[in-house]
Amino acid sequence: MLEVRAVRKSYGNLVAVDGVSLRAGKGETIGLLGPNGAGKTTTVSMIAGLTRPDSGEVLIDGKALRGDTDPNKGKIGLVPQELALYDELGARENLQFFGALYDLDGAKAARAIDAALELVGLSDRSKDRVGTFSGGMKRRLNLAAALLHDPQILLLDEPTVGVDPQSRNAIFDNLETLKAQGKTLVYTTHYMEEAERLCDRLVVIDHGKVIADDTLHGLYALLPVTNMLVIELVRADGGFPVEQFRRLPEVKSAECSGAILRAGVHDLTSGAPPILQWLSDHGHPYHHVVSERPDLETVFLSLTGRSLRDS
Amino acid sequence: MIIALRALVRKDLRLFFSDRRAVVMSFVAPILIGAFFGYIFGGLGGKAETSRIPVLVVDHDKSAISADIFSRLQGEKTLSVAASELDEARAAVKKGSASVAVVIPPGFGAQARSAFTSAAQKPEIGILYDPSHAAEQGMVQGMLAGTVMQAVGKAMFSGLSALLGRGAGGGGLAVPYRVNEEAVTARKGVPYNGYAHSFGGMGVQFILFMGIDAGVGMLLQRQRGLWRRFRAAPLSRSLLLGSRALSSALIAMLVLCTIFAFARVVFGVRIDGSLAGFAGVVIAFSLMTAAFGLLVAALGKTPDATRGLAIFVTLIMVMLGGAWVPSFIFPPWLQKITLIMPTRWAVDGLDAMVWRGLGFSDAVAPIAVLLLFAAIFGVLAVTRFRWEAEG
Repeated sequence: MLEVRAVRKSYGNLVAVDGVSLRAGKGETIGLLGPNGAGKTTTVSMIAGLTRPDSGEVLIDGKALRGDTDPNKGKIGLVPQELALYDELGARENLQFFGALYDLDGAKAARAIDAALELVGLSDRSKDRVGTFSGGMKRRLNLAAALLHDPQILLLDEPTVGVDPQSRNAIFDNLETLKAQGKTLVYTTHYMEEAERLCDRLVVIDHGKVIADDTLHGLYALLPVTNMLVIELVRADGGFPVEQFRRLPEVKSAECSGAILRAGVHDLTSGAPPILQWLSDHGHPYHHVVSERPDLETVFLSLTGRSLRDS
Repeated sequence: MIIALRALVRKDLRLFFSDRRAVVMSFVAPILIGAFFGYIFGGLGGKAETSRIPVLVVDHDKSAISADIFSRLQGEKTLSVAASELDEARAAVKKGSASVAVVIPPGFGAQARSAFTSAAQKPEIGILYDPSHAAEQGMVQGMLAGTVMQAVGKAMFSGLSALLGRGAGGGGLAVPYRVNEEAVTARKGVPYNGYAHSFGGMGVQFILFMGIDAGVGMLLQRQRGLWRRFRAAPLSRSLLLGSRALSSALIAMLVLCTIFAFARVVFGVRIDGSLAGFAGVVIAFSLMTAAFGLLVAALGKTPDATRGLAIFVTLIMVMLGGAWVPSFIFPPWLQKITLIMPTRWAVDGLDAMVWRGLGFSDAVAPIAVLLLFAAIFGVLAVTRFRWEAEG
């Protein structure tokens, strides 16, 4: 199990990470969510033992990570944001080299390489030079290189940057397989849809601090509204009584622009029927009703006042 | 079209000036190197301090004429003349500490007087010279001819003016000696092979460039995230840096050995000195190169800016090491400074073991100095290496 206790790291006057704490259990996938420069990569660097925290500590299975040669580092696999591969070498040669960093050699290494290539779907390209690979294939090999020593914890630092949707899905499938195998995944991203798909729990980081740490549903619950009813009215004459509408107990927020009425509600099951009934009763017929679920972008905006894509 | 042209040119200028280090190097490097060569080739009005060619005189004659020759040679501004015994002189020329040794045989004075105005047999002056300094040997022979003529003429005619007067009018005067030149190489009879020195010098230069590439390669690896992967593994920093140094050193050794193997097969360059000494110099220089590469990686920030700066430093080291122009043309103070250049020790060490034919004891100093440089560069690199990946 991974536990990060109040780690702090600064570079000169810049505090990159300011007291971040988090936990991740076996088979759990946690997402580190935040905009560029929020401190995600520095946090991952400290977990991986690349960067020494100014204060705080990282514990693997209850033992604090100490020094470069701590054997506990072998329980961690790092998938760097960069394509950390040798283009000049073949896929298998790359994996042989990276496996050797963890003392993998001979038949043991061959088995691990075969398994990793199989997982990421590159077995048939094992002898080809990495320089000839597409961006998506390199990303998959980048992931494979972190799996050779069978780490318990996998740190994935924005592993899908710059890949096409097909390769992204392939990587997601790989990660779901690893999760099913009981691996702990720590996944940094600023793509909300990735976090939503993969993560059991999300740690939202901004300006080096954890501003939320909860399940997806828990984070949604932090929002003033968790669902949005979008109602297309028959009349678009601007005469809709928004203020009166807002006074309904089920309505948490309301806006009307032309024929489109947007009403925020907490619970669709109990909130939507009375609202629609009120519209009928008060002479505001409608053509169309849809509900929108909020996303992490909305959560982040609500927590920080900024967009996730702000850098 | 004009707008596009202007935009393209403006873009290139902006990109050029955006890399301050590269800009500084573009201006500073040619200015410094140009100033350096201007200075050593005479400076303003040729007033720069000139170097002196180290010459030893072995006087077996002990006559007034030989003493006068010695005295006149000492008076030459471009020579640094000292008396010596034959064995010492030969050893000094062989080691390269003297460029030329002039050996005046017994009876030279008397025989030269006779030969000056008659067809009597001419005495033979021995010239032992360092074949890698052939230009200096030519200069010394020219000055020797003048001093011998003056010394013998003075002895015969009691004065240079009388000599000149009679010589000009009579036309019967002859150079009263012959010269027996001997390039001091590994052994007598072994001719000097110019490829031996040039392969050593160029090998040193290009292996240093390889060291730069190794250092810049580390920066590129850091840029590509490979170091993050290395450092995530439970490996010590000394292992990570040491492995890089070891691989660089092995490549450097392989390159040097290949260069000399090629020189042996194609140009007949032989290692006439101590093979162990040669191996020692190669190993020490390779380790120094590896440490230099690490230092480049430790001090550099971006690969491009670092490459430019490192190449400049290497060119200066190679230039001061005497690979481009012989170091004897440097002023004396600069010749002393070149001793702090590892390239000088590498080239001298290789020369000593390859064509000078010296023993292992003469390789000890170059090996020790190169290892010292390796240690200094290595310590600096380890202490300055930026391990932490900022994120």
